[in-house]
Amino acid sequence: MKPITYARASTAPDAVRLARTTAGAKYLGGGTNLVDLMREMVERPEALVDVTALSAEIETTPGGGLVIGAAARNTAVAGSRTVRQRYPMLARAVLAGGSAQIRNMATVGGNILQRTRCTYFYDDAARCNKRVPGAGCDAIDGFNRMHAILGGSPACVATHPSDMCVALVALDAIVHTDGPDGSRSMPLVDLHRLPDGRPDIETELTPGELITAVELPALSFAARSTYRKVRDRASYAFALVSVAAALEVADGMVRDVRLALGGVAPKPWRAWKAEEVLLGRPATEASFFAAADAELADAAGLRDNSFKIELARRTIGAVLAELSGQRA
Amino acid sequence: MEIVINGRVLEFSADPRTSLLDLLRDHLGLTGAKKGCNQGACGACTVLADGERINACLALAVQYQGRAITTVEGLAEEDGLHPLQRAFIEHDGFQCGYCTPGQLCSAVAMAGEVERGLPSFVTEDLSADAVRLDHDELRERMSGNLCRCGAYNGIVQAISSTMGNELA
Repeated sequence: MKPITYARASTAPDAVRLARTTAGAKYLGGGTNLVDLMREMVERPEALVDVTALSAEIETTPGGGLVIGAAARNTAVAGSRTVRQRYPMLARAVLAGGSAQIRNMATVGGNILQRTRCTYFYDDAARCNKRVPGAGCDAIDGFNRMHAILGGSPACVATHPSDMCVALVALDAIVHTDGPDGSRSMPLVDLHRLPDGRPDIETELTPGELITAVELPALSFAARSTYRKVRDRASYAFALVSVAAALEVADGMVRDVRLALGGVAPKPWRAWKAEEVLLGRPATEASFFAAADAELADAAGLRDNSFKIELARRTIGAVLAELSGQRA
Repeated sequence: MEIVINGRVLEFSADPRTSLLDLLRDHLGLTGAKKGCNQGACGACTVLADGERINACLALAVQYQGRAITTVEGLAEEDGLHPLQRAFIEHDGFQCGYCTPGQLCSAVAMAGEVERGLPSFVTEDLSADAVRLDHDELRERMSGNLCRCGAYNGIVQAISSTMGNELA
């Protein structure tokens, strides 16, 4: 067995330094995904840099937004009074993910960087371009009920499994990072890449770069927002389709909207096209479905998952109707 | 490395890859926490870390240095049974018993979460201060613990009977 080292970082610069000076290092949060992947030999780090002692603070910003330290546990985010009152879709999305045990362990940073649960990615007897670049993909013609209908490529149709990230991209979240080249920020929606020909490269992060915090801008109408998750059982299952939405209606018209989808794409999917259709339109069911149709115009089903296209359409329509007060 | 297990401070040394579950079962002989799926899907390994429920199979032992771990062996005072253990017997909250230690630890921590007003996915009003632990809430909050015998009705009754609002 290959030896492995463990070090606990006390600050972000400390973590970055430890990761830079140790070959084959990986950052370790709650371990709920990385430990599993190490056991399956999908991940083979030579060193673990524990970042759970870094900032887990959840603090309001002078501009009325919120900063969440990357080491905050999922439970703390969902339990935060501010999150529950001002960004209910985020609290609900976090609570939709995993189990209470998992949420007590999992960190915000780790949730963002968790890997797909595509079973072919986990199974080293299967071909997977994400695990072994150039190997081929057994999911495209295999059991692909859980796979992508948007944003996939001939190389990879795996979905990003996070619920939390769907709400975060809908809320225009900014990711703060620290790394060998200093600190920077980027919209979360730009952090994850689409697979194209290189599904093994999943994010824009550079080697050794560490997520230190997530920032939510102020968004007053997010107090009227929700997250709906459709899955194969009532609890503790990954999404077939999920929808995060916030809707502001004035005089019967859509004044502002935020919409994102989960379970359907290789990254948390911001529904820009649907939002564009909705802005300024009457807040009616006809508009909601027109928006869903615009977003799903490019959707393509695989052997087992074509049902997701209609399911996503109906879920978008239902969630927007609920938020506009027209139907539960 | 030092860890507190069921109130006793213990010294241990382990490869960084050793899970808390393997430390408990293979190094310390505490076989109450069970290895079901070993991938965080079944909850049979549930233990408490400083009172919070976690999956010991996904926890690396090195990350829990200095923390206070409670396993099913440490739930009760001395030689007696925890009130929840008695309730599981009374309400037939198990058949084979394999998931039971995890169910017990999980439910004890859940009671604390409810007391703190932590919402769940099925909580209608997320901004409410208090949680009413009805049937749907209880089942949602215990969904991280699977029972392949299907003793769920007894489990739900046992837990609700100890939480002051027995469900029909």
